Formats: sequence, structure tokens, C-alpha cells
Amino acid sequence: MPILEVERVSHWFGGLQALKDVSLYADREILGLIGPNGAGKTTLFNIISGFLTPTHGKVIYLGKPVQHLPPHQIVRLGIARTFQIVKPFANLTVEENVLAGIGMPYYAQFRGLVAPYRTTANVHTASHLLELTDLQNYRNAPANRLPIGIQRRVEIARALAIKPKLLLLDEPAAGLVAKETLELANLIKNLHQQGINIILIEHNMRFAMSLCQRIVVLAQGEIIAQGQPIEIQANEKVINAYLGQE
Amino acid sequence: MSTGYLLTIFTFIAIYISLALSLNILVGFAGQISLGQAAFFGIGAYTSAVLAIRYSLPFTIDFISAILITGFVGLFLGLPSLRVRHDFLVLATMGINFVVISVFKYVDFFGGAMGLVNIPAPVLFGISFRGGVPYFILSSIYALLTLGLCWYISKTWSGLAFQTIRSDEDAAASVGVSSARYKIYAFGISAAIAGGAGSLYAHFIGSVFPDTFAFVESIAILSMVIFGGVGTLRGPIIGAIILRLTPELLRFISDYRFTLYGALLVLMMLFQPMGILGNGSWLWQKLHPNNRDVANTPQMEVK
Repeated sequence: MPILEVERVSHWFGGLQALKDVSLYADREILGLIGPNGAGKTTLFNIISGFLTPTHGKVIYLGKPVQHLPPHQIVRLGIARTFQIVKPFANLTVEENVLAGIGMPYYAQFRGLVAPYRTTANVHTASHLLELTDLQNYRNAPANRLPIGIQRRVEIARALAIKPKLLLLDEPAAGLVAKETLELANLIKNLHQQGINIILIEHNMRFAMSLCQRIVVLAQGEIIAQGQPIEIQANEKVINAYLGQE
Repeated sequence: MSTGYLLTIFTFIAIYISLALSLNILVGFAGQISLGQAAFFGIGAYTSAVLAIRYSLPFTIDFISAILITGFVGLFLGLPSLRVRHDFLVLATMGINFVVISVFKYVDFFGGAMGLVNIPAPVLFGISFRGGVPYFILSSIYALLTLGLCWYISKTWSGLAFQTIRSDEDAAASVGVSSARYKIYAFGISAAIAGGAGSLYAHFIGSVFPDTFAFVESIAILSMVIFGGVGTLRGPIIGAIILRLTPELLRFISDYRFTLYGALLVLMMLFQPMGILGNGSWLWQKLHPNNRDVANTPQMEVK
């Protein structure tokens, strides 16, 4: 059984159909979701992570339908995400951003109201995540004063803090310089080896092709191709979609 | 200046410190801007007044009931915040303030426009006291307890959850924070504290009138929070002290004092929008050079 199945999902924004009958699955892999602007990639992420309820269709996670759940409950099941337009907690430090993720199991409980968050164990876990994402030098920096590449890493560290089984990365390489992109690729591979399943939306084709084991291509709300990177690169529909030909 | 006059001012300052700190939980911690805090202040005052006058209940019961009842009302009046955000929430909380005042004004049970008078002096440990040093101490203890509670909240997961919804509700949801739940908590806690302040006020003055808790009072409380430094613990305290004290100190220019008071607010917002002791304000950086906002920020990578 795949960890995630999207079954015939359609979504309308008013009169605009953003997704048309999209079905896909994600398993123990790094799955790439690519496609031209406006293809519906982020809409699909928003549906999987509960920020949108699909007009039609199901999202099955570990065998259970979850498309009706709000985002704060989806995340408790182990689906973490980052945002295309970064949303670090701007009023918190980098370390506090990660701690905010570590708090995930507490927020829904009464003990969350009364338990102090800065315990030795939590600070230790946060340090570990900061090292993993190479953020230890920015521990006490306010998250909103950092360059975009570092803010993206803060979001990844915060997402990892919830101990996800499935991690959705929305254009993690956008705005990164070449060196940072390489480091990001290594980080993603490392996370995958640790058993975290990853779906990533990417515009940087070389990045997606080198990193993903399988790729799903969306164009105008529909899946036009899926398969291994080498197949996708040779797929005429994909080439046409990207070059804007019919 | 007589000692009685000074004690009255100081007692008021203590009560307003609690009020400003209570609103700071909502505005500073959780980022929910409210222009209705005077309504909760009023609900606490009226709860206490009604219980003391109509049911002859002792002060301790009046006071605790004021906190609990106002807290519960706050939970319900916080519901609009689930549907509206930002400027719309400001309007909604304003509306709540008007509704609450109307109830005090037009429902006979609450004494109408004539208010409720002759609230008995509180009795604690067998001693009856109205005003004076004991009442100042009582109000100060309440302000200190409020400060302690705010400090403790800021150290807990709920304090962190408030910060996340203040920053970005989508990002908060992405770490499992239900913004609905925490907004309601913030309204409840904030209202409960304001209710206690209202009870202290009612027993101090001995009477309550609807207009005391009108919309302008909400503005005054919000001004204290913003003037001092929203989101910090020191800010609302210093804001309450300065803004309660300034009109008294400016009494010698009588009619012009509120002109000057207004000008002071305008100048502050123009030149120190973080408040006088807010994070990143000029004065706070002078007093506290290790402020994390500046000093601990590592050098940006130069690309």
C-alpha cells in the first residue's frame, strides 16, 4: 500500500478548474511534481496538507481518507510541508521556529497550555535539527532577517520537527544559489535515507531530474505524464507543455 | 498633593497595568487586535457590583465570580475572531463593546444609565477597607499576579502557539496549532484578567456607570499597550504608568492637557512605533544593548 494516494481529485476556484481528475500515489521515494506555472501543483499540495478541501475526490493517507481534515490535524498524522512563499515565524528566532514544530503533539492537549517549552530535551532536539539543516550559526537570529535560502532551511527544519512520515516541499530550491541548491539536494537525499517520504514541487528541472526517483507532470490541472526522470525528459507532451506548443 | 490623591492615582495605575497586560495577551501574544477590552473590564465591574449589591455576596466571591464569568463571556465573544481577521476583527470587537455598554445602559437589572451605586467596601480577613494603602496593595498584588501569569504563559507551549498564530496562521497550522482554539483561549484568558481588574475598580470607586466602559476606554487601554511596547511584558506596564500619569502631571495646564497627551501619542507612533520599551525601540536598545534583535544576529552571508 502506498503511503499516499490521491484519487480522482478535482478542484475549482469559482469558475476556474485548477485540478481535473488528478490521481497519483507516493511511496517510499522522492517524488517530483513538476509542471508549468498555473498547472495546479501548489493547489494539489494545499489539498494534501488540508489547506484546501477538494471539490471532488479523495486523499488517502496510510489507508485512511484525510481530505476532510483541517491542516492542523493533517500535520498530526505525520504530513509536514513547507511553503512556496516562505512563511517562517517572523517574530521568533530560528531556534524558536524549530521548537514551535517540536510542540506539535502538545498544542491539542491541555498540558500544552501549562507545560514550559524550553526544556533541556526540547532544546537538544532543536539543536540536532539545526545541525542537520546546517542552521546552528543562526540559532538566535530572528527568522525574518535572514536571506531567502536560509529561511527555506528554517522551514524545512521546522517541518522536520514534527517528525513527518511524509514531507511536502514546495519549490525548496527557488531563490537558492548553486552551492545552496547542491546542499539542499544532499539534505533531501539524507532525509529520504532516514525513511522520510518526500514529494517536492520544483521548477528547477535539473534539480528535480537529478534528485527524484519518479516524476509526475501536471499541466493545466491534469497529469500529462509520469515516470522516471529519463522517460519524462524524452516525453513529447512534457516538452510541448514546457515550450508552450500544442 | 494629598496622600489620598496619590494613592488613588497609584491604585488606578495598578488596575490599568493589569488591564494593559490582559489586552497584551490578545494583541501582543496572539496578534488579535481588539478595540473591545473595556467591555470585559465592564463585565467584571458589573458582575462584582451586581453580586455585591443585589445578592450581598462578600468581596472574595464577587471578585472570583467576576474573573470566571468574564472569562466565560470572553470565550464566547472571541468567536467572531474565528471568522474575521485583522481590520475586520477590530471593527467586530468595537461592536462587542457597543453591545455590552447598551446592555448595561438599557437593562434595568444593571441600573440603566444611572449605574449601580453604593457597592459595599470590600472586607478581607475581617478588615473593611476602601481606598488607602491596603487597597493600593491589593491592586498591586493583582497586577503582580497578572504579570506572573503573562510571564508564565510566554514560557509555555500555549505562549509559543500564540506567537505562531500572530506570525502566520497558515504556518501555525503547519506545525499543528489550531488557530481557532488558541484565539479562543487568548480571548478567554484576556477577558478573565480584565474582569478581575473590573471587580477591583468597582469596589474601589463604589459605583459603576456604563459610560466608564465605553469604546474610548478600549482605545485608552490599547494605547497603553502600543505606547509601551506591544508583545513585551515591560511595555504594557510602562505604557499604563505613563499614560495614566501624564494627564495628572499635566493638570496644571488644565484644558490643554489632552491636547498635549494626544500629541504625545502621535509623536510616539511617528518616531517609535514599537513603543517606548518595545523590542527594537531606541530606549530599549540603550538600556539593553544585548537585545537579541540586533546584537545576536550573525553576519549575513555575502553573496
